[in-house]
Amino acid sequence: MARLHEYQAKALLSRGGITVPRGNPADSPEVAAKVASDLGCPVVVKIQAWTTGRAALGGVGFADTPEEAAALAQKMLDMKVGQFPVEQVLIEEQMPPKRELFVSLTIDGKNRQPMLLISTAGGSGVEDRAGQVATVPCDVHTGPDRDTITTFLARTDLGKDVQNRITDTLAQVFDVAKTVEATSLEINPLAVMDDGSIVALDCRCTIDDYAVFRHPELGIEIARELDHPPTKLERIAYTVEQDDHRGTFFFAQMATTAKPGSKGLAGFHGAGGGGSMMSMDAITNEGFTIANFTDTSGNPSAAKVYRAARIILSQPDLCGYFGSGSGVASQEQFWSAYGLAKAFLELDITIPVVVRLGGNAEDRAVDILHAAAKSLRVPVEGYKKTDPPAKIAQRFASLVAENDATIWTPRKPRVPEFVESNHAMSFPITGGMVWIDTNAWPASKDAIMQHSSGLFKDDNGTPALTIEAEDFKSKDSECVMCEVECRNAGVDGFFVQLDVLGL
Amino acid sequence: MAILIDQTKRVIIQGITGREGQARAKLMLGYGTNVVGGCTPGKGGQEVLGVPVFDAVADAMQHSREHCGGDVDISVVLVPARFVKGAAIEAIEAGVKLLLLVPDRVPVWDAMEIAAAAKHHGASFVGPNTLGIISPGKAVVGMIGGRAESAKAWFKPGNVGVISRSGGMSSSTAYYLGQAGIGTSTICHVGGDSVLGLRFPDVALMFQNDPETDAIVLFGEIGGSMEEDLAQLMQEKKVTKPVVAYIGGKAATEGTRFSHAGAIIEGNRGTHAGKVKALRDAGATVVESFGDLPEATQRVLATKN
Repeated sequence: MARLHEYQAKALLSRGGITVPRGNPADSPEVAAKVASDLGCPVVVKIQAWTTGRAALGGVGFADTPEEAAALAQKMLDMKVGQFPVEQVLIEEQMPPKRELFVSLTIDGKNRQPMLLISTAGGSGVEDRAGQVATVPCDVHTGPDRDTITTFLARTDLGKDVQNRITDTLAQVFDVAKTVEATSLEINPLAVMDDGSIVALDCRCTIDDYAVFRHPELGIEIARELDHPPTKLERIAYTVEQDDHRGTFFFAQMATTAKPGSKGLAGFHGAGGGGSMMSMDAITNEGFTIANFTDTSGNPSAAKVYRAARIILSQPDLCGYFGSGSGVASQEQFWSAYGLAKAFLELDITIPVVVRLGGNAEDRAVDILHAAAKSLRVPVEGYKKTDPPAKIAQRFASLVAENDATIWTPRKPRVPEFVESNHAMSFPITGGMVWIDTNAWPASKDAIMQHSSGLFKDDNGTPALTIEAEDFKSKDSECVMCEVECRNAGVDGFFVQLDVLGL
Repeated sequence: MAILIDQTKRVIIQGITGREGQARAKLMLGYGTNVVGGCTPGKGGQEVLGVPVFDAVADAMQHSREHCGGDVDISVVLVPARFVKGAAIEAIEAGVKLLLLVPDRVPVWDAMEIAAAAKHHGASFVGPNTLGIISPGKAVVGMIGGRAESAKAWFKPGNVGVISRSGGMSSSTAYYLGQAGIGTSTICHVGGDSVLGLRFPDVALMFQNDPETDAIVLFGEIGGSMEEDLAQLMQEKKVTKPVVAYIGGKAATEGTRFSHAGAIIEGNRGTHAGKVKALRDAGATVVESFGDLPEATQRVLATKN
């Protein structure tokens, strides 16, 4: 997650020369008590959650003894904020402000540069108070425009020294944001103390997902902007995306139960950001609740699409599997079809599938899916660019209605008996293993050699690679293609084992 | 006429020797784009599909001036995301006035540095994260259409300008318009990121000034303010040609990014309802279902004539 907690953001401010209260996070009452006694009471205890208005939620409290801090921490660690369970609290020295200001740095898409917002009315509820606000354009290289700041501050009743300190602080805020490539950094309140010093009493910071790779020091586990802490499946999906850079894979869970009055909980698999959103709207308009938002696009590998389907089908209670993207994709669509077909066959899917694979090579893509459907117990229908999403959403609704309210129970994929037996040969690929049944080889070799893009040959009655084992490792998609083509042709004895770490 | 790209524009490809570079060069050449050169540091002197490769943009620029009748007009940047900033700034400093930044996942602070350099040198850029631009029957930059024969089959020349925040949906929108007998002057995918070179308002103004464009069709999305900014231009009567729009993400929730870096509702900003209202108040036709776009466009064109 590319959002930082308050204590993490404050550590960045501190390194950037901005004063913050002394403090430490705690994830248990015992640690809270220790932090409080080390700091010396009184202290303030605050939930660490990605939300505004924590005071109103009971997420901010004051303690005069370590015992009180522990009790407060216990109460707060039992809280839930929206979908966020509170996992940590921050315990800090109390620093009563004389004056509260508000400062935020955001990215101004309209002017394509960073922008600072400063308001002389800080504190809780600042979002509701307009006026007394200045927007300060920032040069991406040199930082905030000092004239704008000076002019604004001169109109306030703040002393000259304080004005100068604030001006310096704003430059430091910019530097911190630039150093960690933040997309937003908000200090509310930025406090003026009795002695005229400036202290950041709170801080919220979001790092650019696309720049997280340059900042290992931040220890961001999952660079995804979600409205909840990452779920187990989201973490698994994120790992898949990190391990395979062919195309993009985005997965976010939206709901675990169908909304009241809804036609059911649909597994959703989009392709392309805009196409996925448009298709999400189409299936929602048709009266379904989507369990997840998924997007595999940018010419993803068959293996990646397979893993995406496996993750989608790890969600219980789905009434069907709905896939649709832009419908006029520039990339070849058959790789996605192979990945989907493998997942549906392996899991012997029991809920209807409607997938729109429109775009380049759509005929081949739909044929692959329909051939796989012949050995499945439920309808699996592929559509092309000629079929608009609203129409296929209606078709999906009919198929779900005909499926007698069957809902999906996740299960393990079927693995052929020859896998890991003494009559199988194995060939390592990235993230998995290819298995060939040596007993079946005489009957299966022609099909395997035909469908494996020339990767396999017959070597005196046993299967062998035509290329170096090291080069073969990257041929996972070709092997998925071979497996699906062999299965569709009724040929057994070739299987691609693809790991989905954590499933 | 068309905007941004036609068969006369001289185009180079940065990263032409890479997998993406070669694939997109094939599409562009096959469609009729005037590709005069490519750049890959260290690969100068090679050729890709008959296109000469240079070490630096400055060399490609010199080649274009000496042998191709003038400056390089457009550079298509097809290098890995983390190298986009360097490649783009090199092209801007070499005098290229329009860049197309195709890669996804370009860090936003890099995009802002590119924007600063472009502003300083009077250049423009499209993207990052753009599928490209196509003026049907004339030329294409980027990868829109995927294959030359698909691009020729899918996109019909005509009098409607398409602007989209989604690559796939720019193809899709133009394809369905074509199926309904409506051709397009230029299809421009501005990109899905939060900081973009050309935004909806910029491209809409170009269509406004293009005598062969009679209406603008828009695929918008939640997040950011591009749709609202365009509505503002319409309110100010700077864009007077009819606008037909679909906004994706009605079912989206606040605080979650929906694939595109720019597709996130933050607080009450960037919502579907807010964008629809702004556009409707400014006189645009906003359809509820994507499938209704062609018919709505037909109606608008009929009224205009």
